[in-house]
Amino acid sequence: MARTRDESSPLFAGNAAGTLRLIVYLALAVVLMVLDHRNGWLWRLRYTAAAVVEPMYRLAGLPAVGVRTMSVAFADRQRLTEQNQRLREDLLLANAKLNRMAAVAEQNQRLKELLDTQHSLELNVQLARVIGVDLGAYRYQMTLNMGARDGVRPGQPVIDAHGVMGQVKEVLPTTSVVMLITDPAHAIPVVIERTGLRTVAYGSRDGDQLALPNIPLAADVRAGDKLLTSGLGGRFPPGFPVGEVRTVAPAATGMFLVAMAQPSADLDRSEDVLLLHDQAEPDGPPAPVTPMGPPGDLAPTGAASTAPPATSGALR
Amino acid sequence: MNKQRLSLCWFVGTLVFALLSMLVPLPGVLEPFKPYWPALFLLYWSLESEDRVTLGLAFMVGLAADLLNGMVLGEQALRLCALVFIALRFRSRLRFFPMWQQALAVLALLLNDRILLLIVRVLAGASLPPASWWISPFVGAALWPFLFLLLDDLRARLRIQ
Repeated sequence: MARTRDESSPLFAGNAAGTLRLIVYLALAVVLMVLDHRNGWLWRLRYTAAAVVEPMYRLAGLPAVGVRTMSVAFADRQRLTEQNQRLREDLLLANAKLNRMAAVAEQNQRLKELLDTQHSLELNVQLARVIGVDLGAYRYQMTLNMGARDGVRPGQPVIDAHGVMGQVKEVLPTTSVVMLITDPAHAIPVVIERTGLRTVAYGSRDGDQLALPNIPLAADVRAGDKLLTSGLGGRFPPGFPVGEVRTVAPAATGMFLVAMAQPSADLDRSEDVLLLHDQAEPDGPPAPVTPMGPPGDLAPTGAASTAPPATSGALR
Repeated sequence: MNKQRLSLCWFVGTLVFALLSMLVPLPGVLEPFKPYWPALFLLYWSLESEDRVTLGLAFMVGLAADLLNGMVLGEQALRLCALVFIALRFRSRLRFFPMWQQALAVLALLLNDRILLLIVRVLAGASLPPASWWISPFVGAALWPFLFLLLDDLRARLRIQ
């Protein structure tokens, strides 16, 4: 049997008690993980601890801001002038296009009024700034400097000047986390602009591309085809650019074509993004109607008749 | 008394610094090279001042790290607990290793940590990470001698335990 060791200078430290404690802690961690995976405590806890968490995010975002400021401060004049010139030209071009579009938009509006639909071409957006924080999800997430206090809600689409970036996943009081469209767990309904084929674009595991794994073999899809949001599902409004098809190949099973697409948005370069406020009107099946009881005026109690029928019905 | 408080402040400060460095993003190309800072700092402290680093502390630091950046609550707590446990178990031997050997041991610990993380993520339903994800432990091990010497030097200058 081993000698009892001298605890003050343990050359081969560690004993049964240490192992036991390890097992207890590991078990505790596993229980926490399972419970959190089931119930999503982490975000509720983060929301509660926002007073501590958010300053840490802002603090960790400072180096990125510093680098940005430095790059502006030390960028040579020549390049800034060039950039300025290019931006002016872009603005001019965009304005010219807009002016032409205005007439079309008005016509569209009139025709839509004639058709009695309410799709609007106007955007209700909010500008947000990206905070440079690494949230440990490889590179599939992004943090914004707007949160619940600014009216941000989970599910809001996020776009930049070139296309769709993703959707708001979690909201803290003054920051929010965006799930990018390249996240393997993300899917976005798209339509191919040239042919009108509807399909779904998933994020791909190896970084910065989109995968469209279930295109019918007979479908006409080529490299260079533009993908737009289709508006199905009601999360993203229709007509925003999503990406451009790069490669098309038959799937390993031989049942479908698989296309890989490059996202249109500058996913890792954008500093300012737009949060869309209007959720799209769902084009798909209508949302399930809350079951209603009999109308309020038919309800037996007198109190219920003062309330609007729908709410009194929902209460029951 | 004052000295003690200073050294405690230094200890807590380095850990908070480690958590902050974990949050600081690197430009896209360098992203996979980012070492797991809390693990490195906790390793340093578990080698240098055994009485302060316990499994409980590792658990708490892990929970804080999870709160700041994590997929599931308890994930980093589990990883840091395992790491600190091994480090404490072999502490006396690790301390007398020459630096290159110590760096190799750190590499083994960090690789073990990544494997744990992979298991947790895959069980939680995440997809397999790209190959560049495995670079980080090597960077951590390569940085270890410098981090160790720097922290030791700072500690000697501040004359704290």
